[in-house]
Amino acid sequence: MEHGNTEHKTHSHGYGIYVLVWLALIALTSITVTVAGVDFGKLALPIALFIAAVKSALVINYFMHIKFEEPIFKVFLLLSGMTLLVIFILTFFDVFYR
Amino acid sequence: MSQSKGAVVNHVHRDDLGAKLGMWVFLFTEVLLFGGMFLVYAVYRFQFPDLFKLAALELNTGLGTFNTIVLLTSSLTMVLAIVAIQKNKKNLSLFYLAATIGFALVFMVVKYFEWSAKFSHGIYPGSEELLNRQNGEILFFGLYFVMTGLHAFHVIIGVIIIAFLMVFVYKNKIVHDNYVKLENGGLYWHLVDLIWIFLFPLFYLIH
Repeated sequence: MEHGNTEHKTHSHGYGIYVLVWLALIALTSITVTVAGVDFGKLALPIALFIAAVKSALVINYFMHIKFEEPIFKVFLLLSGMTLLVIFILTFFDVFYR
Repeated sequence: MSQSKGAVVNHVHRDDLGAKLGMWVFLFTEVLLFGGMFLVYAVYRFQFPDLFKLAALELNTGLGTFNTIVLLTSSLTMVLAIVAIQKNKKNLSLFYLAATIGFALVFMVVKYFEWSAKFSHGIYPGSEELLNRQNGEILFFGLYFVMTGLHAFHVIIGVIIIAFLMVFVYKNKIVHDNYVKLENGGLYWHLVDLIWIFLFPLFYLIH
């Protein structure tokens, strides 16, 4: 490590996997639009958010390449996600039980 | 720079991992920025569930769905531009980047028509028509304009970034064994896509 270089590890996937992920994202979009037309009452929001979360997971893992990165990236992401979650939960406790 | 020109290439310090980590730190600050707004949205939707539903009916679900597909496709062309450069196909990479900008512009044109339609109905922040409505509806449209507005602002910045990336690729500053700039630009673009993935169901799909 004379020059301290950390260059690319090439995880070269073909174009195919990304096209598949894109197809899945389009499919999930049509599902969430279709489901929104059905009256699920109180379940509508959790279902919409669940589908959005699945879509995010696909974008983060494949398009943003997190699945193939060093563990430090996953730690980063987890830490950010947890921070946001804590902010949300603490605010909800304040607002909902006021 | 005392090194001779020929030797420079081998001694340039490069830290792609660090560059990408830095980008992720920046993306986290973006997530916090939008996260705060999503928090405000969540609290007020909890307080005014029925009025949020009523106001959301006025948004055009068809246009929202179309824009979602446009943005998802632009994310695909962005990632394909990276695959192309990895395979040393410069022109193909430039084509995919141009396509990404094209989709971004389509997104903005659709947004323009959506907002124009709202303005022509007298619905814009602080308008008389809007202020005469109930609080929940005012809050819904306030959040709609601020959140999709800030998102659209990010799309414009993304277009500028991708335009610069095209120049770098064209001038061989981004090449098949050194493309971390392209990856970081891509990360920014995918974040813009990610935020829209949540904005779409929360504003357009409440029935």
